[in-house]
Amino acid sequence: MPSLGADMEEGKLIEWLVKPGDRVAKGDIVAVVETQKGAIEIEVFEAGVIAALLAAPGETLPVGAPLARLGEADEGVPPTAAPPRPDAPKAAGPPVAEVAGKPVAEPVAAALPVGGAPLLASPAARARAAELGLKLGAVHGSGPGGAVLLADVERAAIARPAPTASGMDSRPKGKPGLDMVEMRRAIATAMTRSKREIPHYYLCHEIDLQSAQDWLTAHNADRVPDQRRLMGALLVRATVRALAKVPELNGRFEAEPYAPSAAIHCGLAVALRGGGLIAPAILNTQDMDLDAIMTAMRDMVARTRTGRLRNSEITQGTITVSSLGETGVDALVGVIYPPQVALVGFGAPRLKPVVFKGAVQPRLAVTVSLAADHRISDGRRGAQFLAEIDRFLQEPESQ
Amino acid sequence: MTPSDLRAAFLDELTTIAPDLDAESIGDDDRLRDDLGLDSIDFLNLVSALHERFGLPIPEADYPRLATPAKAVAYLAEMLAL
Repeated sequence: MPSLGADMEEGKLIEWLVKPGDRVAKGDIVAVVETQKGAIEIEVFEAGVIAALLAAPGETLPVGAPLARLGEADEGVPPTAAPPRPDAPKAAGPPVAEVAGKPVAEPVAAALPVGGAPLLASPAARARAAELGLKLGAVHGSGPGGAVLLADVERAAIARPAPTASGMDSRPKGKPGLDMVEMRRAIATAMTRSKREIPHYYLCHEIDLQSAQDWLTAHNADRVPDQRRLMGALLVRATVRALAKVPELNGRFEAEPYAPSAAIHCGLAVALRGGGLIAPAILNTQDMDLDAIMTAMRDMVARTRTGRLRNSEITQGTITVSSLGETGVDALVGVIYPPQVALVGFGAPRLKPVVFKGAVQPRLAVTVSLAADHRISDGRRGAQFLAEIDRFLQEPESQ
Repeated sequence: MTPSDLRAAFLDELTTIAPDLDAESIGDDDRLRDDLGLDSIDFLNLVSALHERFGLPIPEADYPRLATPAKAVAYLAEMLAL
């Protein structure tokens, strides 16, 4: 069970996407684990062949507990590798009828699609299926790419015999999909640690966005939706480029001495409808042009909503951008997400009276803020960084 | 395609990009941004899906006409000349 954050103590295995004998490459997604941040896809650290699955879906395991045994790629795997343990009695609701009568050696993975293709499902669907003791693999998905949605699980639940009351999960249900109490706890832990350990300093700066907006409007006018660009992507791109000038703001302060990160894994704070937020990172944004960032942001937000984030995305961020979007308030001054050392906050872009070419004019403007770790940088460097973001946004065509 | 077909199609796309919304509980006058919590990226993903489904260009200038399910259904009906 990998640690998906300093505050994580245990995780619940939701499903296996591989079975004994499957060959895996480093980075392949092998399992889905439910955490305080929702369902997270687990990538395997090394290549090899799955020798045995040591945990069964529904089991809650402490961080560090083995989930599976990985053999060498050329090592023969006995066809009868150790079966997963049966569900702990109180783990996942009532047993599904079709499983109940069979020996425990029936591999759980047998229910998965051939080849172990990732099973798509929304967090709400996963949580409800676990509650009902339904196998996601047996539910027909009607979502994008065949993803199983909450409605599909409810339909499947109606279609099967009612479970016995004894095994029902009696936890109070809030907003579907995520355990909001746990998410609140995770945010509290991270933010308390941040305010306890990180001596923040803050800077704010108003940026004229009218040129950038005009450029976006002109670009988008004759393009189909998939090729349109959003201000949010331009703000991220300008932030990433400005880091080249003040690179010490990009990194993870995990050990002395601090060393900035060459790669920019830019976290995006995504607010969740039920409350709470997740800040998954787009990996290697330093190599991406504006359209690549745009595509990556759309994909990241969509996967945050459907519950398909990967562990690398929630554990490797080197800086975070939090943007209120069009319907927010003037400014956002953030709390650094440890062990990162800076957070950039954009308020809602608004029409404001701006002095432009010697006259007051209504122009679109945004307030950008920097919250940075004073152990790593000082106000002067932080100011250079915000000024650099401003400079890039005045020449959007250079993006 | 009747207005109720259009409404169902619209809600289908909406709940696909926002799977944590329950189609049953979405009101016709709920504002997508303020009430249902769509951000600008969710909204673009929705516009993109409607573009794919109906073959309509849906320029940015028309975005205010998609502010609620009721407005969006009326807009789609008009654009499809139903």
